[in-house]
Amino acid sequence: MATEQQSKSLWQHAWETLLRDKMAVVAMIIIFVYMAMAVLSATGIIVSDWAAEVGPSYGAPSLDHWFGLDMFGRSVLAKTIKGTEVAISVGFIASLLSLVIGVTLGSIAGYFGGRVDEFIVWFYTTFTSIPNIMLLVAITFISGKGLKAVILALGLTGWVSLCRLIRGEVIRHKDREYVHAASAIGGGNYRKLVKHILPNVTHIMIISFSLQFQIAIKSEVILSYLGLGVQGRPSWGIMIDDAKLELARGVWWQLGAATFAMALVVLAFNILGDALRDALDPKLKGK
Amino acid sequence: MNLYVYTLRRLLYIIPVLLGVCAIVFFLFSVVSPDPTLIMLGKHASVQQMEELRRELGLDRPWFIQYLDIVKSAFTFDFGRSWSTKQEILTMIKQGAIPSLTLSLPAFILSFVISITISLFVAFYRGKILDKIAIFGCVSMMSISSLAYILFGQWFFGYKLGLFEISGYEYGFPDFVPYVILPGIIWIILGLGPDVRFYRTILLDEIYQDYVRTARAKGLGESLILFKHVLKNAMIPIITYLIIAIPFLILGALLLESFFSIPGLGAMTLNAVNASDFPVIKAMTILTSVAYIIFSVITDICYTLVDPRVRLK
Repeated sequence: MATEQQSKSLWQHAWETLLRDKMAVVAMIIIFVYMAMAVLSATGIIVSDWAAEVGPSYGAPSLDHWFGLDMFGRSVLAKTIKGTEVAISVGFIASLLSLVIGVTLGSIAGYFGGRVDEFIVWFYTTFTSIPNIMLLVAITFISGKGLKAVILALGLTGWVSLCRLIRGEVIRHKDREYVHAASAIGGGNYRKLVKHILPNVTHIMIISFSLQFQIAIKSEVILSYLGLGVQGRPSWGIMIDDAKLELARGVWWQLGAATFAMALVVLAFNILGDALRDALDPKLKGK
Repeated sequence: MNLYVYTLRRLLYIIPVLLGVCAIVFFLFSVVSPDPTLIMLGKHASVQQMEELRRELGLDRPWFIQYLDIVKSAFTFDFGRSWSTKQEILTMIKQGAIPSLTLSLPAFILSFVISITISLFVAFYRGKILDKIAIFGCVSMMSISSLAYILFGQWFFGYKLGLFEISGYEYGFPDFVPYVILPGIIWIILGLGPDVRFYRTILLDEIYQDYVRTARAKGLGESLILFKHVLKNAMIPIITYLIIAIPFLILGALLLESFFSIPGLGAMTLNAVNASDFPVIKAMTILTSVAYIIFSVITDICYTLVDPRVRLK
C-alpha cells in the first residue's frame, strides 16, 4: 500500500531528532573515530610499531611526539591509540554479552510470569545483593585475569538493570491487543515474544547498550589498574597504573593522555545515551 | 496488603536471597575457581602435598558441607582464618572497619550535604544556562576515570603543595584526621557528578507534579515551594538512594584506601585478591551482601510506612 504521504516510522523519526542534536552528532563522530582507530590498530594498519623505542626515556611532549615518551622511550600517543583496541573491544563485547543475558532473562520472566518469573527475579535480586566491585574482582580473578576475563566479568555483571527494564516492559506489552491478535492468527509463544513484543522494546536495548558500553570502558581501566586486566599490551588502565610512579618525577603525560582518551569516549557515550533516550523514548524527555 | 503481612513477607524473602548469595559465592570460589592449593603451593607441588593441604583447608569434604559452611558463616560471621595472614578473619574485619569508617562516614555525610545543596540550586535554575552548564559538568566529571582524580589529587595536593598527608594512618580520634582529609575530599569530588545528576532528576520529577502547580497557584514563592514542598517529597527516593549506599561504606573505598595506604576493609580486600586469599574475599563478599540485604529490607519497610501506595503491590 503506497500512499503519497507515508508517515515516518519511529526509527526515521528518532534518527532525524538525533541528527538535529548537534552534541549527539559530535558524540557519534567521536565514537566512530575511536571504533575506526580500534579496528585499524587491531588489523595492524596503524601503530603496529607502538613498542618501538623512538626517543629518550620519559621524553617530554614535543612536536615529534605530541604526548611524550614513556619509560622505555615508546611513543605515548601510539600506546594511547593502541589502547583503544582493548577499550573498544571490552566495551563492545561485554555490553553485547550483558544485552543478550538481560534481554533473554528479562523477556522470559516478563512473558511467562509465574514460577519462572519468580525464579528470575530471585536470581537478579541475589545478584544485585553482591556489590558489583566484589563480583567483578571475583569473576576476573577466577577466570584467570587478562582480556577475556575482563570481558566475561563485565558482561556477566552488567545485565541486571536491563533485565529489570525489559521484564517490566514485556509485562506491559503482553496483554495488549496486538499480542492477542497475534495469538488469534495462531502465533506461538516464541513468535509473539520475538517477532511482536521484542521489536517494541528495542529502544531500551539500544539506550542500555550505549550506557553499558561506557561503564565497561571505565571498569576495564580499574580492573587493569588492579592487575586483573590485560597484560603485555597497552591499555589505558595500565598506562594510568604506570603513571602512579611517574608523577613524582613530573612525568604527567602518560596519565594525561590515557585519562583524556578515556574521558572523551566515555563522555561521547554519555551524551549519545542521553540523546538516544530523548529521541527514542519521548516519555522520558527532559529527565 | 496488610502492613504486617508485607513486612513479614519482606523479611522472609531475606532467606532465599541469602541462600542465593551463598550459592553464587560457593559457585565462584569452590566450583569454577582454579585449584587454590595450586595457587598456594606453586607449580612444583607434589600430589601428596596438595592432598595434605586440601585436607587442612577442608576442601576434601563433600560439596554440600562446604556450601553449608558458607551459609553458616553468613549467620555467625565466623569466616575462619585467612590463608595468608593466618589471622581470624572476623578480627581482621573489626580492625579494618575503624579506619574505613573514619574515612567513609564523614565523607559520605559531607558528600550528601554538598551534592543536595548544589542540586537544589541547579533545580531552582532549571532550563537556564546555569543548569545546562551544571549538567554538562556532571557528565564530564563522571567521564573522567576515578583513578585520574586519585592520582592527580594525591600528586598535586599532597606532593606538590604538601598540604596533606599522602599515605598512612594513625588510630585514635584527632590523630587520624590528617590522613583522611585528602582521600575524603577526593571521595566527595568523585561523588559529585553522579549524585548531583541523580538528585536533580528526582527534584525535577517532583517539580512538574500537580501539587506544585497548586502551591504556585496559591501564590507561594518559588524558593519556598522548592525547599519546603518539593524537597520533602523528593526525600523518599533520596533517602532510599542513601540507605542503599550505606552497606558499601563498610567496603570503604577500595581504590582510595589502597592509594593512601589506609589499613581499612577495602585495602584488606584488595590485598586478599592479590594474595589469592579466598576466605577473606569470600568473607567480604558475604559481609557486604548481608549488609546490603538488611539495608534494602529496611528501606522497603520505611518506604511503606511513609508512602502507603507502595504496599498495594
